[in-house]
Amino acid sequence: MSDNRPQPTRSEARQQEVLQALEQARPSFESRLQGAGLHPLKATGITILQLNVGRVCNQTCRHCHVSAGPGRPEDMPREVFEQALRVARDPRIGTVDITGGAPELNAHFRWFVAEARALGKHVIDRCNLTVTQEEGQEDLVAFLKEHKVEVVASLPAPDKARTDAQRGEAVFDRSILALRDFNAAGYGLDDPELPLHLVTNPVGAFLPAEQAGLRERWQEQLLREHGVRFNELYTITNMPIGRYLHWLEAKGQLEPYVDRLAGAFNPVAAERVMCRNTLSVDWRGYLYDCDFNQMLGMTVDHGAPPHIRDYDPDRHHGREIVTAMHCYGCTAGGGSSCGGALE
Amino acid sequence: MAEHKETYYAAEDLAKFEQVGRSAPEAWKAFMKYYGPLMQDGHLSKREKALIALAVSHGEKCPYCIDSYTRAGLELGLSPDEMAEAVHVAAAMRAGITLAQGIVMNNTLDKLSF
Repeated sequence: MSDNRPQPTRSEARQQEVLQALEQARPSFESRLQGAGLHPLKATGITILQLNVGRVCNQTCRHCHVSAGPGRPEDMPREVFEQALRVARDPRIGTVDITGGAPELNAHFRWFVAEARALGKHVIDRCNLTVTQEEGQEDLVAFLKEHKVEVVASLPAPDKARTDAQRGEAVFDRSILALRDFNAAGYGLDDPELPLHLVTNPVGAFLPAEQAGLRERWQEQLLREHGVRFNELYTITNMPIGRYLHWLEAKGQLEPYVDRLAGAFNPVAAERVMCRNTLSVDWRGYLYDCDFNQMLGMTVDHGAPPHIRDYDPDRHHGREIVTAMHCYGCTAGGGSSCGGALE
Repeated sequence: MAEHKETYYAAEDLAKFEQVGRSAPEAWKAFMKYYGPLMQDGHLSKREKALIALAVSHGEKCPYCIDSYTRAGLELGLSPDEMAEAVHVAAAMRAGITLAQGIVMNNTLDKLSF
């Protein structure tokens, strides 16, 4: 089945090797799935098509598993967006989830959003907030509002020290400006058509706090100190991939962190992992079980065609998921997904 | 090859905490039965209890406990500012407790002086 599968890049291959080496001294993820009666892990039907439209970003966050940044050349061309629209016509796919990098910087982003909405799909924009403050993006919030796009925005902490430590200097202040713009447009208030959710990743090598209870504390603090509102708060575990993997290695924290993830394996979360209802597309059109497998160059397998041009509902909807050591990141503690905790 | 240096406290020894129960296991079990549930949400939240534990860890100068409750605090969503304030409470209490001993000093002075 490897006829038209892409070769992993040097960086992807190195990351796979690092993670495989860790598996020598630890129980494999597959063995834990077996123990939970979930092996082989299979998709339960694709309801979310997630597009990672490229690695171009106006930020270079330390926890980024994409290693995104201003200098990255990877950028989804129109042809792949068109192929994605063909797949999105599948009536079982209700949501088109767009991520990056900063997906709004892709030249075809707005056209694609309009087309996906015209198909009646729910569209999610995974927004880093500060992109709205970039030159040329002054009307971004108005555009998202016009098309009733759900905004899922990153903010690791409700304070400047931790946010800037993870995401870069002045990111917190610029994020607050962005949140005010979203609120002024009606996002994050009471209109169910204009949801503004926040995503928090831990600022370092530890698991996220319990999602329940955290939202109320953040809502109170952000309203009191900055006058901004949001709807839900999602906690997401940092994945030992990309720039974050390098950071863990440099700090001597890789093994303790992976032990923390593996030691907190939660079978309930394993049953609910997002790869079971999501199909992930990269900027070239290759298909993956999730965005993390995408960054490791591990395409869908087990008989499912690896490119979007060969999308085959029969083979993709119930495909067997490709798993490895990093999958512990989604099953630790309360679990982790693009929609937050799983338990 | 680096010279092995023996120390009383080593970070990796924290994982050996449970080995303390290899002798007098019934007493250890009784301690765990008390300690485990106590640190869960109750009249006080787990976050509040972790802050108390962190402050006591500093007051009692236990490196294992400081390591453990700093990690726990991070995973409970505590901020470095909140944790630092808890440590200041411990520090202020120690200073106050030292100063409170001055009452005994003053009483003695009053007894012995004109």
